[in-house]
Amino acid sequence: MLVLIGIAIVVVGFALKRNPLVVIAVAAIATGLAAGRGLYDVIAAFGKAFASSRYVAIVWLVLPVIGMLERAGLRERARDVIAKVSAATTGRVLMAYVALRQLSAAFGLAALAGQAQTVRPLVAPMAEGAAEARYGDVPLATRRRIRAHAAAADNVGVFFGEDVFVSIGSILLIKSFLEQNKIIVEPWSLAVWAIPTAVFAFVIHAVRLVLLDRRLARELAAPPRTDA
Amino acid sequence: MITLEFINVLMGLLTGGVAVVNACDASNPRRINNTVFWGVYAISFFAGSYVSDFVNGCLVLVMVASVVMGGLGQTTTAQPPSGERNRGYWVFLPVLVIPVLTFSGSKLLKYVHIAGRPLVDVSQATQISLGLATLVALAVGFAMFRPPLLAPVREARRLLDSVGWAAVLPQSLAALGAVFAAAGVGPVVANLIQRWIPLDHAFVAVATYTTGMAVFTMVMGNAFAAFPVMTAGIALPILVQHFGGDIVVISAVGMLSGFCGTLMTPMAANFNIVPTALLDLPDQNAVVKVQIPTAVPLLIANTLLMYFTAFRH
Repeated sequence: MLVLIGIAIVVVGFALKRNPLVVIAVAAIATGLAAGRGLYDVIAAFGKAFASSRYVAIVWLVLPVIGMLERAGLRERARDVIAKVSAATTGRVLMAYVALRQLSAAFGLAALAGQAQTVRPLVAPMAEGAAEARYGDVPLATRRRIRAHAAAADNVGVFFGEDVFVSIGSILLIKSFLEQNKIIVEPWSLAVWAIPTAVFAFVIHAVRLVLLDRRLARELAAPPRTDA
Repeated sequence: MITLEFINVLMGLLTGGVAVVNACDASNPRRINNTVFWGVYAISFFAGSYVSDFVNGCLVLVMVASVVMGGLGQTTTAQPPSGERNRGYWVFLPVLVIPVLTFSGSKLLKYVHIAGRPLVDVSQATQISLGLATLVALAVGFAMFRPPLLAPVREARRLLDSVGWAAVLPQSLAALGAVFAAAGVGPVVANLIQRWIPLDHAFVAVATYTTGMAVFTMVMGNAFAAFPVMTAGIALPILVQHFGGDIVVISAVGMLSGFCGTLMTPMAANFNIVPTALLDLPDQNAVVKVQIPTAVPLLIANTLLMYFTAFRH
């Protein structure tokens, strides 16, 4: 029971909006101590796990490229592209992105896109650009909501697309866990059962994006400008 | 042979460069903190594989301390106008180079042998391809736009400083998960659920499993950590052995119920907190808030899907 103290620290820490990095360090040390290990051992265990998870930071490796291209006008160009497509709305741009992300992830291309690689430089500017092309100036609060939706589109797309691919981490994890429990399953049968949820995810999220478009229309639509 | 150590060196160069640029920038009132934070992170990348676990742990604690004592800051110097040539839509080319090369590299590099030895560590082909693809994209960008030599590092520093401490959050959470697992948190949670929730009706048991996957994923920030705990605690003994459910449906949909939890938690930092930093959103929970109205109906859909399909016989 005492080892659950780490979970309590995490929940309380996040609820009180303490710095998450500090909360995590405290929770890790408290959990280790509660499990009856010495401080030296606990710091070593945390350090070992931190060092062996360094590959997670690979997501930042693209930032020098993205930053250099932003200097050269990457985000402005992404907006221009969308402004030329007259049927584009924020919701439709994001819907197309969710579909694209789900399909490519289902074919094993989950690493193709991501928050740093595509959402910041391309998808968010395109979603904002679609609203601007339609309604002119977009207030900052609305821009921020659109950007949050761009990030969400990427997450929903990749989470509920990648499991349709047989050799993704989560499918392999299920297979190896079941094997440890003397149950043999075919990876492809697991992948097939990811399809219904993938369809539900797209339908539910598409409805949300239609509602987003309606909300944008309601909030931003001004009477059509007549130039004298 | 190129191994994951190659990525560590690249990341060490990047974070080390960010530390140096920060050290030279007098406009940032917290530049010492920033220099320590990124500098120590660089040491962790360069030396992490060679020093003891305890030293690695101390490096993390120094980084945490630089966040606690005063916090990190950002440069206040305005960006100088870029003198690069305008090349219109060709600016997309280097962005597209990365996924194309990453994908082809991950498929092809494993067949490349030099003097009978594989060129890359086959099990890490995707990550290594991503590292190589980034270098190629950087070279293409240099050739096209001819920016100042240090521009990529300065721009990376601008972006990484806007992300700040959140940059190491995903990695710290992965480490926390490992500590939780070593301390035996999982079995304790599974025990509590079995003891306190009446699982004598199939629907209640299914809903407990799917909701438990989502909630435990929210706590751990990762469905992979929740899956073994919940499946061993509820799915195998109760849904499969007691109610005779189909393990394929149950485990596949159970994992996806965990993903619904990932959408709803700040603990899944790389998906939910990092983008708020990348997109300049002041509300740290902005992305989570947008995702909850999708995640909850989807979790309900998953529960019904499992209940109506896993027990047909």
